[in-house]
Amino acid sequence: MSDYGGKQAWQEELYDLLRSNDVDLFCYVPDGGHKTLINKSIEDPDVISVPLTTEEEGVAMCAGCHLGGTKSVLLMQSSGVGNCVNMFALLKNGQFPFVTLITMRGEFGEMNPWQIPMGQGVQPVVEAMGMHCLRAESPTEVTETVQAALNMAYKSNQAVAVLLTQKLIGAKPF
Amino acid sequence: MDKDRGLDRKFAVPELIGNPDDLLIVCGLAGASKDIAHLTHDGDNIFTMAGAMGGATAMGLGLALSRPDKRVLVVTGDGELLMNIGTLSTVGILKPSNLSILCVDNGHYGETGYQESHTQRGVDLELIAQGSAIPVTRTVSMDEHINEAKALIRDSNGPSFILLRVSTEPPPVIKRSMDASERKTAFRRALLGKP
Repeated sequence: MSDYGGKQAWQEELYDLLRSNDVDLFCYVPDGGHKTLINKSIEDPDVISVPLTTEEEGVAMCAGCHLGGTKSVLLMQSSGVGNCVNMFALLKNGQFPFVTLITMRGEFGEMNPWQIPMGQGVQPVVEAMGMHCLRAESPTEVTETVQAALNMAYKSNQAVAVLLTQKLIGAKPF
Repeated sequence: MDKDRGLDRKFAVPELIGNPDDLLIVCGLAGASKDIAHLTHDGDNIFTMAGAMGGATAMGLGLALSRPDKRVLVVTGDGELLMNIGTLSTVGILKPSNLSILCVDNGHYGETGYQESHTQRGVDLELIAQGSAIPVTRTVSMDEHINEAKALIRDSNGPSFILLRVSTEPPPVIKRSMDASERKTAFRRALLGKP
């Protein structure tokens, strides 16, 4: 087994950052790049950790959390963005605060051609749906970028996608 | 008329829900949103949609997980639910005890000209809910089924799924707000005391 998605210091810090910003619900479709965040959310007794059948469920779920007063985050891979597009209309129409962290495939060093089309599509698609798109290319950028996204979401009612790029995570070796 | 589709939604939905004031209700697009906007006079305890098809159950699930102290009801239609049927599985594994789902199943896509939906052609959404590990399910197709299902919407220990089979009589006519941002803010002010 490779250590793709294995524990790195920035992933631990990222979890702590989300928790210190009162993010209490994590929803996700299982993903290697998000393994640390997902496992920590499962182990955390104060967090609601929700596996989804498709990423678009997570978009609607995060909006429902906001109605109830809970901060949430949707973790997904770049391919999941394609499953969400119509549901992003809910965020825009309702001006819901929303943060999704997207582990990128299909870009820097990708070795699976099936990942390329949606990887290329992520940024234009999320921006076309009225969301902001921020990129983190190196470990030192992760914390400030995700904090910026949380501020834009929960203080300015914006929907924000943070791309955890393939340069940051590494190309998946299979 | 189909003998299992004798109920009129304009009668059956209000009977099943009773006084809606103590519920938080998330409604899928089209008929379900009209049913509930009419019942509550477009109240601040409801969030209705006119798009985002397939999102109602997941949105209600998020609200139920956020507010375990409140009873949450999702009202959806057969077409809306079919678009994201996997969400029943997510409800089934999490089993929030404060969530009920009412699917108003008229077997048709009423908003687009009453084309038949899959439920008119043999698909049984109650069986799918059972297979999705939702512990309490019922089908309501006659008046005498209503009282038991009405109790389950409020009191079931574990999420409940009520399949209400109705005729193709249209939902009530209601002028409701289409401003989702304004409705979101009103909902939060009523529930949380802040925008």
